[in-house]
Amino acid sequence: MDFSIAAILAQDGITSGAVYALLALALVLVFSVTRVIFIPQGEFVAFGALTLAAIQSDKFPLSATLLVALGVLSFIQEAATVALGRSGETRKARKIGVALLKFVLLPLAVYAVTRWYGHATLAMPLQVLLALLIVVPMGPMIYRLAFQPLAEASTLVLLIVSVAVHYALIGIGLLMFGAEGSRTAPFSDARFDIGGLAVSGQSCVIIVVSLLLIAALYIYFERTLSGKALRATAVNRLGARLVGIGTGQAGRLAFTLAAALGALCGILIAPLTTVYYDSGFLIGLKGFVGAIIGGLGSYPIAAAGALLVGLLESYSSFWASAFKEVIVFTLIIPVLLWRSLTSKQVDEGDQ
Amino acid sequence: MKKAWLGTSVSAALAITLAAGSSSAYAQIKVGVSVSATGPAASLGIPEKNTFALLPKEIAGQKVQYIVLDDATDSTTAVKNARKLVSEEKVDLLIGSTAVPGSLAMSDVAAESGTPMISMAASASLVEPVDAKRRWIFKTPQNDSHMATAIIAHMADAGVKSVAFIGFSDAYGEGWYREFSKLAELRKIRIVANERFARNDTSVTGQVLKMVSANPDAVLIAGAGTPAALPQKTLKERGYKGKIYQTHGVANNDFLRVCGKDCEGTFLPAGPLLVAEQLPDSNPVKKSAMAYRTAYEKAYGAGSISTFGGHAWDAGMLLGAAAPQALKKGQPGSKEFRAALRDAIEDTKNLPVSQGIVNMSATDHVGFDQRSRVMVEIVNGKWKLIGAAQ
Repeated sequence: MDFSIAAILAQDGITSGAVYALLALALVLVFSVTRVIFIPQGEFVAFGALTLAAIQSDKFPLSATLLVALGVLSFIQEAATVALGRSGETRKARKIGVALLKFVLLPLAVYAVTRWYGHATLAMPLQVLLALLIVVPMGPMIYRLAFQPLAEASTLVLLIVSVAVHYALIGIGLLMFGAEGSRTAPFSDARFDIGGLAVSGQSCVIIVVSLLLIAALYIYFERTLSGKALRATAVNRLGARLVGIGTGQAGRLAFTLAAALGALCGILIAPLTTVYYDSGFLIGLKGFVGAIIGGLGSYPIAAAGALLVGLLESYSSFWASAFKEVIVFTLIIPVLLWRSLTSKQVDEGDQ
Repeated sequence: MKKAWLGTSVSAALAITLAAGSSSAYAQIKVGVSVSATGPAASLGIPEKNTFALLPKEIAGQKVQYIVLDDATDSTTAVKNARKLVSEEKVDLLIGSTAVPGSLAMSDVAAESGTPMISMAASASLVEPVDAKRRWIFKTPQNDSHMATAIIAHMADAGVKSVAFIGFSDAYGEGWYREFSKLAELRKIRIVANERFARNDTSVTGQVLKMVSANPDAVLIAGAGTPAALPQKTLKERGYKGKIYQTHGVANNDFLRVCGKDCEGTFLPAGPLLVAEQLPDSNPVKKSAMAYRTAYEKAYGAGSISTFGGHAWDAGMLLGAAAPQALKKGQPGSKEFRAALRDAIEDTKNLPVSQGIVNMSATDHVGFDQRSRVMVEIVNGKWKLIGAAQ
C-alpha cells in the first residue's frame, strides 16, 4: 500500500464515516430522550433515498401514500386518546382539530404537492426538499403510533417494539419500492485535485453537509429552548416533567430529528451506491456501532466512533474484503469490555 | 434396502389409490410452489411468482392447480411450505425455491414423501450426484460451471492472461470462485486478486484499488442483480481500462438501468432468453424463448421480462411434457402418479424451453448443453448477442 492508496481509502472511509456519524447522533438522541433503541433508523435512510429516486425517475413515490395512511392512523389514535381523556369539551375539540391539521391535512397537502409537482423536471434542491417533506413526518407519526402509548415501558419492551416497527417498515418498503435498487443523480460531478489526490465533489458534499448538521445540532442543543428541553428530558424524565416540559412532545421532536437525519443520509448516499428497500438496516447498524462506542450517551464520542467505523471499514475492505463486516462488528466487543470496566455506574437491576 | 422401500411404496400406493378411489373423478394435478417473493432474493422471486399465473391451467385434459406460497428467502419457511404442500394439499409436484438454501432444505421433504421437485436455484449441488435423495430433484437454471466455461473460453480467445476476481461474500461468490479458479488453472489464466463484497455495501473502493494495483487484463464480477453494478462503477471511476466480465446473475433490465454508461462493453454469459429476439431463426431455442417472452410481456408490460422468471416457466414446461406420460400410469394425487411423473421428467428428451434444450437422463437432472448459454455484450445500454459460446 503506498501513500496514494492510503489517502484514497482515508477519503472513502471519512465519507462513509460522516454518514454513519449522522446516524449515530440520531440514535443517541432518540435513546437518550425516549430510551428507545431505534432500529428502524435505517429504514428512513432507504425511504429517503428511494423516494428521491422515484421522483427523479418520474414515478409517483408511494411513500407519500404511506405518509397519508400513517397520518390517518395516528389521527384515529390521537382522537381516541383525547376523547377518552378527562379534559373539557372545548379543549377536546381544539385538540382534535389540531391533530386533524397535523396528521391528516398536512400529509394530504404533501401528497397533493407530490402528485402535481413531483416530477423529474423539478429542480434538484426542490426534489430533495420534497423527499424530506414526505419522509420526515413519518418519524413523529411512528412515535405516536408505536412508542408514545408505551412511553413508560421498560427499555426491553421498547426494543422489542422497535424490532417490530423495523420489520413492518421493511415489508412496506418492499411493497412500495419493489425489490430492485435505485441510484439518484449525483449532486456534483466536480473532481478536485489536491496534492495528487482526486477528491470527488460528491464526497465533499457529504462531508460538508454532515459537518454543518453536526454544528447545527450543537447550536440547537446549546442555545435554543426546545433543544435544552430535549437535553433536560434526556438527563431526567421526571425532573423535566416537574418543571413543565412535555415528555411526549420531546419524544416527538426526537423522532422528527431522527427521521430527518436518516432521510438526509439516504439522500446523501443514494448517488454513491445502489440503495435497496432493505439497505438501510446495515447502514443504521454501523451507525449503531459508532453510537455504542459513545455508550449511547455522548454525542462527540459517538460521532468519532462512527468515523472510526468508516475508516476501519474502508481499510479492511482493502486488506481483507471477505472479513470486512466481521472486523467492523467485532469492534463492539472490545468497546463493550472497555466500557464495562471503566463505567462508574453500577446497574443493580442486572447484577 | 431398496427392495424393502419398493415394497412399502407399492403397498402404500395401493392404500392411497384405494382411499382416493372414491374421489378420483375429481382429481386434478396439484403443483405446490414455494418462491422467495420477499426477502433478499425478492428480485428473482417476484418474476417467478408472476410467471406461475401464466402457466397452462390444463394439461392433457386434466386441470392443473398451482398453489403458490412465499418463503421470504428463508429456508425454515421453505421447509414449512413444502411440508404443508405435501401433507395438506397432497401436491403431485413441488416447485421451488428461488435460492439455493431453501431448495436444499425442501429437497429433504420431497425425497422423504416421494414427490418430484423442480428447483429454480442454480447450484449444481442440488442435483449432483444423483443419489437416493436427489433422484427426486430436478432444476431448471444452468449450472454455474456451465456459465463459467463460457467466460473462460471467451477470455482465452481474447488473449486474457490475468484476471482479478470480485464476488459476493456469500454462496454465490464462493461458488463462482471455486468453479472459475478451477477452470482458469486449466486454461493457464492467472488469478491475481480475489476480493469479496456484500450486497448492501455502500463502497467497494478498497477492493477495487487492490484489484487495479494488480493490473489484471480482465476483471470478473460475480454478483447477482443490481448490486453487481457497484464494483463496475468504482472500477470505471478509478480509471480501469481492461475488460470487465459479469455473470448471468445480472441479466435483468434493472441492472442496465442502475449501471448506465459505466457498463458499456461488459461481457457476460446468459441464457438465450435474454437476447431471444436476436437469435437466428435456425436456433431451436428461439421459438420457445419468444413464447415465454411474449406471454410475460403481454401480461406485465413491455420490457418487464427477467430471465429468472424463465426458470419458473421452464419448470412448467417440464411438467407439461411429463404429465401426459405420467397420467397413463396413475391418477393425480396418488403415489403412483408422483413416481411416474418423476420418471417422465427424467425421460425428458429434446424439449425446447426458454433457456435451452432439455435432455435429462438418470445421471443428469439439468439436461442443458451448450445451446443453453450465449455470450452477450452490453452495447448502447442494450444486451447484444455476440455469438453462441462453445
